[in-house]
Amino acid sequence: MRIKLEARGQQSKLMSYASPILAALLTLICGAFLFWMLGKSPMQALHTFLIMPISDPYRIAELLVKAGPIVLCAMGLSICFRANIWNIGAEGQLLMGGLVGSCAALALLDSQGIWVLPLILVAGILGGMAWAAIPAFLKNYFNTNEILSTIMLNYISLNILLHGVHGPLKDPNGFNFPESALFSDWQTMPILLEGTRLHLGVSFALLAMVGVWVLMSKTFIGFQIKVLGGDERSAHFAGFKHKRLVWFCLLLCGGLAGLAGVGEVTGPIGQLVPNISPGYGYAAIIVAFLGRLHPLGILFAGLLMALLYMGGEMVQIHLDLPLAVTGVFQGMLLLFLLICDVLIGYRIIVHKSAPKIVKQSLSIEPPAVAIEGK
Amino acid sequence: MDIDFIANILFATIRMGTPLLIVAIGELVCEKSGVLNLGQEGMMLMGAVTGFMIAFHTDSLFIGFMGSVVAGALMALLFAVVTMHFYANQVATGLALTILGVGLSGFMGRSYVGEALTNIDFQIPLLSSIPFFGKVLFSHDVLVYISIGLAGAVYWFFKSTRAGLVVKAVGESPESAQSLGLSVLKVRYLAIVFGGAMAGLAGGYLSLIDTPLWAENMTAGRGWIALALVVFASWRVERVVFGAYLFGFMSIMHLVLQSFGLSVSSNLLATLPYVATVVVLVLLSRNQQRIKLFAPMSLGKSFHGAH
Repeated sequence: MRIKLEARGQQSKLMSYASPILAALLTLICGAFLFWMLGKSPMQALHTFLIMPISDPYRIAELLVKAGPIVLCAMGLSICFRANIWNIGAEGQLLMGGLVGSCAALALLDSQGIWVLPLILVAGILGGMAWAAIPAFLKNYFNTNEILSTIMLNYISLNILLHGVHGPLKDPNGFNFPESALFSDWQTMPILLEGTRLHLGVSFALLAMVGVWVLMSKTFIGFQIKVLGGDERSAHFAGFKHKRLVWFCLLLCGGLAGLAGVGEVTGPIGQLVPNISPGYGYAAIIVAFLGRLHPLGILFAGLLMALLYMGGEMVQIHLDLPLAVTGVFQGMLLLFLLICDVLIGYRIIVHKSAPKIVKQSLSIEPPAVAIEGK
Repeated sequence: MDIDFIANILFATIRMGTPLLIVAIGELVCEKSGVLNLGQEGMMLMGAVTGFMIAFHTDSLFIGFMGSVVAGALMALLFAVVTMHFYANQVATGLALTILGVGLSGFMGRSYVGEALTNIDFQIPLLSSIPFFGKVLFSHDVLVYISIGLAGAVYWFFKSTRAGLVVKAVGESPESAQSLGLSVLKVRYLAIVFGGAMAGLAGGYLSLIDTPLWAENMTAGRGWIALALVVFASWRVERVVFGAYLFGFMSIMHLVLQSFGLSVSSNLLATLPYVATVVVLVLLSRNQQRIKLFAPMSLGKSFHGAH
């Protein structure tokens, strides 16, 4: 039996939707195997990992709180990826949004009024945009590869954030803990559902989803982005402004990631701390691909990713397994997705047995003799 | 500033540059065959954690390093299978490999955080007691010398051997190489696995010698810096050596500045190697023609000709 890949004439639409589901299933199977290897009952472990996080309303609210920033980042990334801009910097842009937003919040610590929170949010968005402006500028005017520049900026922003919480932004009455002062009620997101941590910031993710959908399918600039990503030369011949599109995509992504960051510090955290993100910006890369760069797909993929984060906490509490289990599942999910994506362009052909051309040609008479006979 | 101080700075520069040199040499070979593997960070972390776990239980640095090399090579093998048999995008697969490496290493090393190995001290007798040069050149651990030997071997490999020519041919034009009867897949498999083994070794250097302990994400972006280093060196071995020590110097710059009485936050000084990487990339990539001239022609593109 031989297994072979054969190119399809055109890309399979069905497979492009089936592939993420297949990848999730394969991740699940490998995950069960992993739990079994660690001496846990696979079914019980998977139940703790995937079902327990959504077993009561409070936990579902927590899931949404985690999904919010991931979806926001992934929406922004999807626009960059559509334009073939490999922005890996959502994490840094998120951290900068949180940092600049916190600076604004601390400057307005004694202010009261309904205008305080919007001002902080705008500061956070601008922080994220400013951080994304650096790779955009470098790409446009110096041809700098955005993968490496955004990755480096992630490390730089983390260190600047650490400098902030250990230095100028540290709470003077905080017993020397690396934390800022707690934000006031005027500065934190209103709670949407009493008794949970579900806050206003989560609804921004839904707004972003609608916004990105309208942008990509109803506007000319969305069309330009898709052409640019599909074929750069065509975009050039059509007269689309390449540099302007790079600016647009990166700034939009930076703004959304910045909003995610400031939403974290003014939402569930309520102050600036060293670890405002457990890698949401990196998880968003997986989510963008898993959601097929489509807003609705990203929403579902974001919920799944939030489930993985919740599941990691659950198995840590109930099964005494490390939190890092989440990272293993994330890596497997993306790898399986890349593997399954081969089915979009190729179909699997299984030959029952190898074709026996050699034997057949030996059993018949040589063609030269036949010609001679005529 | 006295002579001892300079000797210490140079000593630390070489020490910090060594892991960068090892991982960058591996990536150079891989890229020469036309494969861009962005998973360096993940492979390094897997090498670091595996090496530490094995050395911790066997009390042998040598077996630990073997484990690092094997772990890095296995991760690279995964990359090779996914990109060459499933035609996955090399950039995306490299990212996936990094994400998997970060997660898996954190998961495996959980119970080893806070444990320490007893450090070994390796010095060349007699030579290391020469003033100044003894400290700078002859009192390092054995891997420093191995890494320099490695760079020399790879330089020779590409300059004077037929196999080196084959790797370069595959990287420049896999189609032509295949039509000459060379196996593109085999060459790329070997190059990718070599790159992974070196990344694993570099990771092992960090967790076994540099700071003999394991911490999550301890590579701190060195895998990414090494990727920039290969571009910086325009795919030339001798420039990789120079670049690695230059970046090694950047990462101890804060010690130098602090010794001059400069009181800047240590967190801000820690950004120096990353800032330097961006600056170097900007300076280099201004001239696109130059990069096009030196980069292997088929770098980053999937090869479909084998079927």
